[in-house]
Amino acid sequence: MSEVTMSDPEVLRAPHVLEFPYSRSVGRDLGAFFTGLVEGRVLGASTRGSPDRVVVPAREYDPITGEDTDGLVEVGPGGVVTAWGWTDHPLEGQPLQRPFAWALVVLDGASNAILHVVDSGSHDAMSTGMRVVARFRDPAARVGSITDIECFVPEGSAPQADRAAGVEPVTVLSTPIRLDYTFSAGIAQSSFLRGLSEGRFLGQRCPRCGQVYVPPRGSCPTDGVPTTDVVELPDTGTVTTYCVVNVPFQGQAIELPYVCAQVLLDGANISFMHLIQGIPADQVRMGLRVRAVWVDRDDLVPSMESVRYFEPTGEPDAPYESYEEYL
Amino acid sequence: MSERCAVIGVGQTFHAAARTDVSIAGMVREAARRALDDASLDWPDIDAVVIGKAPDMFEGVVMPELYLASALGAVGKPMLRVHTAGSVGGSTALVAAHLVTSGRHSRVLTVAFEKQSDSDAMWALSVPQPFSPPLLAGAGGYFAPIIRAYIRRSGAPDHIGIEVAVKDRLHGLRNEYAHLHMEDINFDMVRDSIMLWDPIRYLETCPSSDGACAMVLGDEHAAESSQVPPAWVHGMAMRSEPTMFAGRDQVNPQAGRDCAADVYRQAGISDPRREIDMAEVYVPFSWYEPMWLENLGFAAEGEGWKLTDSGATSMDGGDIPWNCSGGVLCTNPIGASGMLRFAEAALQVRGRAGEHQVDGVRRALGHAYGGGSQFFAMWVLGSEKP
Amino acid sequence: MATTSRATGSAQAATAQAYQATYLAAAQDALRLASRRDRFRPVAVVSFAQSRTVEREDHLNEVEMLMPVVAEALGAAGITKKELGFVCSGSSDYLVGAPFSFVMALDAVGAWPPMRESHVEMDGAFALYEAWTMLQDEDMDTALVYSFGRSSPGDIRRVLAMQLDPYVEAPMWPDHVAIAALQARALVDSGKLSEKEMAEIALRSWHDAMSSPTAQVAREAGLEELLAEDYLVSPLRPHAVAPVGDGAAAVVLAAGEKALELAEHPAWITGIDHRIEPSSLGARDLTVSGSTRLAGIGAGVVSPGADDLGVTGGAAVEIPEVDLAELHAPFAHQEPLIAEALGLDASVRLNPSGGALSANPLMVAGLARIGEAARRVMDGSARVAVAHATSGPCLQQNLVCLLAAEAEAGGAVSGRGA
Repeated sequence: MSEVTMSDPEVLRAPHVLEFPYSRSVGRDLGAFFTGLVEGRVLGASTRGSPDRVVVPAREYDPITGEDTDGLVEVGPGGVVTAWGWTDHPLEGQPLQRPFAWALVVLDGASNAILHVVDSGSHDAMSTGMRVVARFRDPAARVGSITDIECFVPEGSAPQADRAAGVEPVTVLSTPIRLDYTFSAGIAQSSFLRGLSEGRFLGQRCPRCGQVYVPPRGSCPTDGVPTTDVVELPDTGTVTTYCVVNVPFQGQAIELPYVCAQVLLDGANISFMHLIQGIPADQVRMGLRVRAVWVDRDDLVPSMESVRYFEPTGEPDAPYESYEEYL
Repeated sequence: MSERCAVIGVGQTFHAAARTDVSIAGMVREAARRALDDASLDWPDIDAVVIGKAPDMFEGVVMPELYLASALGAVGKPMLRVHTAGSVGGSTALVAAHLVTSGRHSRVLTVAFEKQSDSDAMWALSVPQPFSPPLLAGAGGYFAPIIRAYIRRSGAPDHIGIEVAVKDRLHGLRNEYAHLHMEDINFDMVRDSIMLWDPIRYLETCPSSDGACAMVLGDEHAAESSQVPPAWVHGMAMRSEPTMFAGRDQVNPQAGRDCAADVYRQAGISDPRREIDMAEVYVPFSWYEPMWLENLGFAAEGEGWKLTDSGATSMDGGDIPWNCSGGVLCTNPIGASGMLRFAEAALQVRGRAGEHQVDGVRRALGHAYGGGSQFFAMWVLGSEKP
Repeated sequence: MATTSRATGSAQAATAQAYQATYLAAAQDALRLASRRDRFRPVAVVSFAQSRTVEREDHLNEVEMLMPVVAEALGAAGITKKELGFVCSGSSDYLVGAPFSFVMALDAVGAWPPMRESHVEMDGAFALYEAWTMLQDEDMDTALVYSFGRSSPGDIRRVLAMQLDPYVEAPMWPDHVAIAALQARALVDSGKLSEKEMAEIALRSWHDAMSSPTAQVAREAGLEELLAEDYLVSPLRPHAVAPVGDGAAAVVLAAGEKALELAEHPAWITGIDHRIEPSSLGARDLTVSGSTRLAGIGAGVVSPGADDLGVTGGAAVEIPEVDLAELHAPFAHQEPLIAEALGLDASVRLNPSGGALSANPLMVAGLARIGEAARRVMDGSARVAVAHATSGPCLQQNLVCLLAAEAEAGGAVSGRGA
């Protein structure tokens, strides 16, 4: 949370990265297609029925009828551009990082176009109907991906691809995906988070039903109206229920076992989950009275991480009836 | 217009932790093709396609119905994509059924899937986000405190969760499509498995699976021309409530009770335990069986665990078998898990459940839930035309 | 309908032939639906509300964005949430970068006591379609449909690239502008459209948007100025591409007599249908929108023409005279393509709201087209209006909705049961 900015007096923002190295099994025909690319050739699949066609890339199904395809056919590497669009500003991850054309190319022998890029050098060198040919990467650089074809180039300007033999069948396609976002907390949550950076719990009360929500989301989930009254709550509360965690959880650095509990702050009408420390895990119980332990004053941040954990207050347990309706 | 609707075809994939032999399209086609074959139909016979799955982050494909339209023979047809969290498989079937009951279409293909092995289910379900409270314990950490609350309320003994875990795995041994086939499952094995999120043990949780499920739903004419007995829809309902609100009963959610009441009213059921012959219910953690027994009216509040304990929900001698397929505890491709429940109810009513068939099922309940136990979808199927 | 592609070889002609066969079967089905329109329970739009579309809404979370919109739509219909028979929403998790983003959004309605509720990971227009099918069930009379779209948190050109085939297309990160440029090129090549005409469509949209309080781009501009812009991806210049924006919209639907209780002049949905194209861009003829045409036939907006060879109806379908159309064209070149598919001639006023080139909050803009068209039927400025929504690359999926001041398709003024 160190990257939280308060560029606006009201609202907190922070970067958010959605990133995963997806690993896709490709199945029979796409597997053959990708294996073919490593070999330096393009494979389609033939359709049965009328009329016979060659679907490219090879797939187990006809993209129009959904019927099963039947058998592989080599197509290309030359073909015809049927549509194109020139870009001077390639985006992150696109096949070429210099000006190029996106294009639909019908490979010789294929019944439909594929999407790829053409490296023609200039906008003026592009035209619909132009002949192009696939330029494969060096055999050693091919991994079984659509980008094993580096690009298409105007016919006559590329040497034939080196074929590779004895290629291991491709069964998996690795596609790392990273998307960057900027999150904004919204007004209500920003107010709550700013409170945490001051060592305070700021909830909100529904003007209609009077229930106090912490953390607030700016609305009452049952009435569907804005919650505008800010209510400061004490940092003491009751454990309504809990679990003992014995499994290392991604990113969790706490020593096992540890306790995650639903804590109902005094004066709040909803509990939230937090850690319970300062008591052996096997002595935590429903009804335990607890108090927030904050990080050092200088380390307070606009995040729940300002609360290190909750620890027992030493008071007698709250009676079951007092929190029963919050389970 | 409110037309009759029936399930006339059911198909599912073989489920596994990773179906590395197929693409996403190949996987959904495997289920869809089986459903079409079961209905003795082919792609052109289908009027519309309704597809469902949980968050797109699982596969890293935005609105994958667009990519799957061709694979599902949907070209030129209406296609819808439903997403209602864990209940989505059930909701998807209900949306498809309404395309029939509304008089809109005669034969609708509905499909639900998840290819969890393309990424990591734990990651996709709980992508850490700025400003959200830190995720302290993972998925089980969310549900374990609720289970503890159930145990406190009902006074249920510790072994109930173990019994359900064993029973559903024994049922799963009879289902060739199930992901887990635990030949040696027994009480001690579950009891001695690691306590992940006390009170939830490792073997009391569901696996992470790849898989898909499909059904063909038909109108009255399609059902009556079916070569295999149809499973008629006697009632269907969905209900939602907010994730969290003051005074919310997370153990026995009102939305679940309302949804059950609605579907029973439509089916003319007043005593589900007596009038329903089997139920396929979304139980991802074993303790959810007694909790849902109460929520769905098979037992009085606080009494669900006694029903489980008595063996009533077992295929082996129980009077109200639950999760004969092995349930979510054996197979859990999240987006498809709800539809698998709905489809199993159809298999049972049609007498097509093979080794996990309960004799003489006249009426069966299919159930799905999702989110923080806040989204519910249910249907009651019957062998008789309503 | 011209489903014949420009011949670049007999091989491609075979693809066109296969598509034609699939298309004709679908057209037959669509025509059957249209001929049975009067058998459906009449359902109407009784209110519509929409937030102003802004480039970046970062003061409000999605619930805070939706609450005033939902409140306005319910208020205009004069009902409370407790009276709602059904609630359905549309949104996309990837826009905001968070799984289950629709779950918390439900708080904007206040779903308590529990409600019959569902969600599509699609534009809200498809949520409206789902609600329409639910309202055919006689035990509910009203539905709330809402959608929200926040594109600003992420990079929409990367996010939408992930709608393409995950194996052979998406790994090249083909952004939606590049993909749309291929379609624009195909249209320019076919002689159907010029770059100047694209600029004129943008000028008209922005001009019309000046009377819309919710538009994001509303201004006067000169043709030369627009044609002097650098290409984003040729032949698309910035003006031909919808602005990226955040927004929310809500519609209240009511069936039968209930519609007449809730609105003085409900906008009756006298036809609705939606259809989808092949997933593979290269297997499509991008110069036509066959699926829009099919949805138009199913909705009773257009008759199968001479080109729709082999399609014969059961009962004849009466095609009403259309006053205006709200067409969801996120790229300038798509507006004439959609209009052509729906047989809308020059007498039909296109996108009086300013259309998607003035405001295109993703997942919302399609529902907003229905709302904008319905608004004009409800206020009496149109008797019959067409609304269209699209989803996916190059108009892959299209929904068409016919809205009319009279409940019976092409019939006399009669609120059924009024």
